[in-house]
Amino acid sequence: MNIELRDPNIIMKLSRLGSFHQSRLSFLRSFLNEFKDWDYKRDLFDLDKDGFGTAVYSFKKKSRVYSLICYANKINDDERSDRVIATKWDAAFTLHDGVPLKEDIERLRNEVPKQEVGRLSYKELTLSRANKSVRVFDHVVESLSNGSQPNLDLLEKVGYLYRTTAVYGSGKFGLADRFRIKNREEINGPFRLEMMLVYLVRQFTFDQVNHVAKNRNPKSAVKLDPKICRNLGIGNSTGLGMAPFIVNHPTLLNNWILSREVALKKIREIKIAETKDISLFKECVKNSLKNITSWNTESEYQLKKIKLLLKDVRKFINFLENEFDFKKDYPFNEIYLWLEKETCEECIEYIVSIMMEPFGEIVQPLISQMSSEEEKYFNIPTERNVEDLKKILENKYSDILKIDFNKEDSNQKFWFISKNKEEPRLANRFEESGADLEQPLAIARDIKKLYERLLSLKNNLKINQFLIDNSDLRHVVRRAFIIENFPYSEIQDNTIGENIVPIDMLRLKLSFFGALKFDPRSDKWLRICMFQGAPLPNELKDYDEQWVYKTFS
Amino acid sequence: MKSLSEIETTVKRASRAAGYSWGIAEEVGKSIRLSELFGFPGIKHLNQYYQNKKKENFDDIKLINKVNKSNGLSFCPITLGVNFIDQIKNIETLTKCSVEKLAFPLLLLPFLSRGSEIIGKKLLFSFDDSKFLLNFNVSISSNFWNKEIPILANQVEISFLNNEDNFSEQDWKNLYKLAEDTFVEETDSLKEGAAGAGLTDND
Repeated sequence: MNIELRDPNIIMKLSRLGSFHQSRLSFLRSFLNEFKDWDYKRDLFDLDKDGFGTAVYSFKKKSRVYSLICYANKINDDERSDRVIATKWDAAFTLHDGVPLKEDIERLRNEVPKQEVGRLSYKELTLSRANKSVRVFDHVVESLSNGSQPNLDLLEKVGYLYRTTAVYGSGKFGLADRFRIKNREEINGPFRLEMMLVYLVRQFTFDQVNHVAKNRNPKSAVKLDPKICRNLGIGNSTGLGMAPFIVNHPTLLNNWILSREVALKKIREIKIAETKDISLFKECVKNSLKNITSWNTESEYQLKKIKLLLKDVRKFINFLENEFDFKKDYPFNEIYLWLEKETCEECIEYIVSIMMEPFGEIVQPLISQMSSEEEKYFNIPTERNVEDLKKILENKYSDILKIDFNKEDSNQKFWFISKNKEEPRLANRFEESGADLEQPLAIARDIKKLYERLLSLKNNLKINQFLIDNSDLRHVVRRAFIIENFPYSEIQDNTIGENIVPIDMLRLKLSFFGALKFDPRSDKWLRICMFQGAPLPNELKDYDEQWVYKTFS
Repeated sequence: MKSLSEIETTVKRASRAAGYSWGIAEEVGKSIRLSELFGFPGIKHLNQYYQNKKKENFDDIKLINKVNKSNGLSFCPITLGVNFIDQIKNIETLTKCSVEKLAFPLLLLPFLSRGSEIIGKKLLFSFDDSKFLLNFNVSISSNFWNKEIPILANQVEISFLNNEDNFSEQDWKNLYKLAEDTFVEETDSLKEGAAGAGLTDND
């Protein structure tokens, strides 16, 4: 049986993309898998009794070494902010390429804590900063120093000791450009070194909390139980900075979504499911309920989605247990069709992610196809003609062409870069100034404009001639020729409409990172948790691949 | 040191601010990144050009012909570069084209380099005493290394070079003969047993 890939016109809608969940394809899980046989070491741990100072952690294999350098600083409570406007953080980190010399550590001590206003070099690969969850950190120190383990209810509510507020890579602030690392044999996909940084930061938070507790009460302090450590991740606060990324990297976006879609297609095409795969799938679905019930948020928007998800997952488990027969041919296709008919988008994508768990042999080869050589697709095929372009627009943007941009609500928002922090922002064009400096992120509006302009032109007019007098639409002409070959490269929605929910864009990207427990704090920023339940560095040589579904077990 | 990613992003934004469309600004970002990667002072010349653009008018060549004469104003290297890439398959048939009075010729260089890759031919870019050989966007050879590149070229010539060897047939034969010294002379027995296929292929 040949199952068609799912229709981009459905999958690339923001509400669907904003319902994506982590899976075996997610970068943090791939990272752990790819680096599990590397040697992990804590090379330096020079903190004072209050936990301030410098630490270095490394992963090494043969002659390759990656080192995380941590600078933990004292800040006042009123200086601690998750917002991008902050200028001080509890700790700042960089991943250094190789073993840092003393001079490197000193050079970076002056730069890394400054973050966006510091300067890094090509020897540094990623950069980040993080703030303590003071409530949790202080409680854990207090408990450990008194010889007891912390209150698990509190830990479960928050899920981490620290949360990062930005993770930078790919040449930002002088960091190494991607071309310097992309051909390394261990770099098998996007964001591997960002994931490494976050993972090592997580270990630093455990070491720091143990260190402070021990110094507070050397005689009676105990260490944080490794089982509790495993169930703690690293938090992350993410704002709009992430949203333009998925618009600005169309072929990369395509490759992420296409991998997911190909995995689903191949799983649906399995005629007879093996008992061990059925058991693992069922086990993951059931265990995953803990991830939903421990998913805390105050966001009405997310609470509704979680409530519906929980109801539908329970309904699905009931269906699996009491109605469904796995002996049927193509059982996962049957399951998928049932989900489409009976459950919400959040649940469909949730179960799609879990379907991948038993099928490493299907997922693994797709992981290495999730990067993109974007330069290859930059040039516009200008020898093509207007008729070709019109057909592409009609076939690939059919829903977008139906939007009426003369209506105020279709055209209400504009994306801009703030002068203060050089970060993307979204505002109402009819209420705020600055729309004349709009970023080219209103793809749907510009595609529609392009289509309307093409309608009055001769079909055989070459694109090179069209572009002479229509350079204002050049950016979308390029995109249209990209989508011709990359069907999942474009969000099939209006990113400037009245009803846009920008966190859907963030969530799409974060799901591919492997984030859990999306906690929207507004429609423009959210908190998440990464690596919760993941093995600790000294457990990597032999760990359970389905750790995501085994937290608090 | 600025990363290439920072260079591309800043150039794209600056180009938009200088009045180009976002699509053109993207092209300039890619091109200046390339220019700096190859070791040419793209940032310096672009900055100078954008400063001059505030005080001086430049002309645009929209449709590139074999001979492109100036009406007095210098030509904008960016519009020329973008149109060169867009129209390269037509321009290639001219085998050579010339441009009179081109401002900041260095800014055209990365566009030509990209053009060389698109059509799979080497290009020779020359003006005044300067010559640049563009090799499929893999490298650029020049007799102008480390010299101050002028901000105006009075007469520019762009030639499309045929894909030909740049060595003599005799040089090749001599080298090939030497390479043959790594081959084994086949005996009858080797002819019969050492190859994968049969001796006849009539079946």
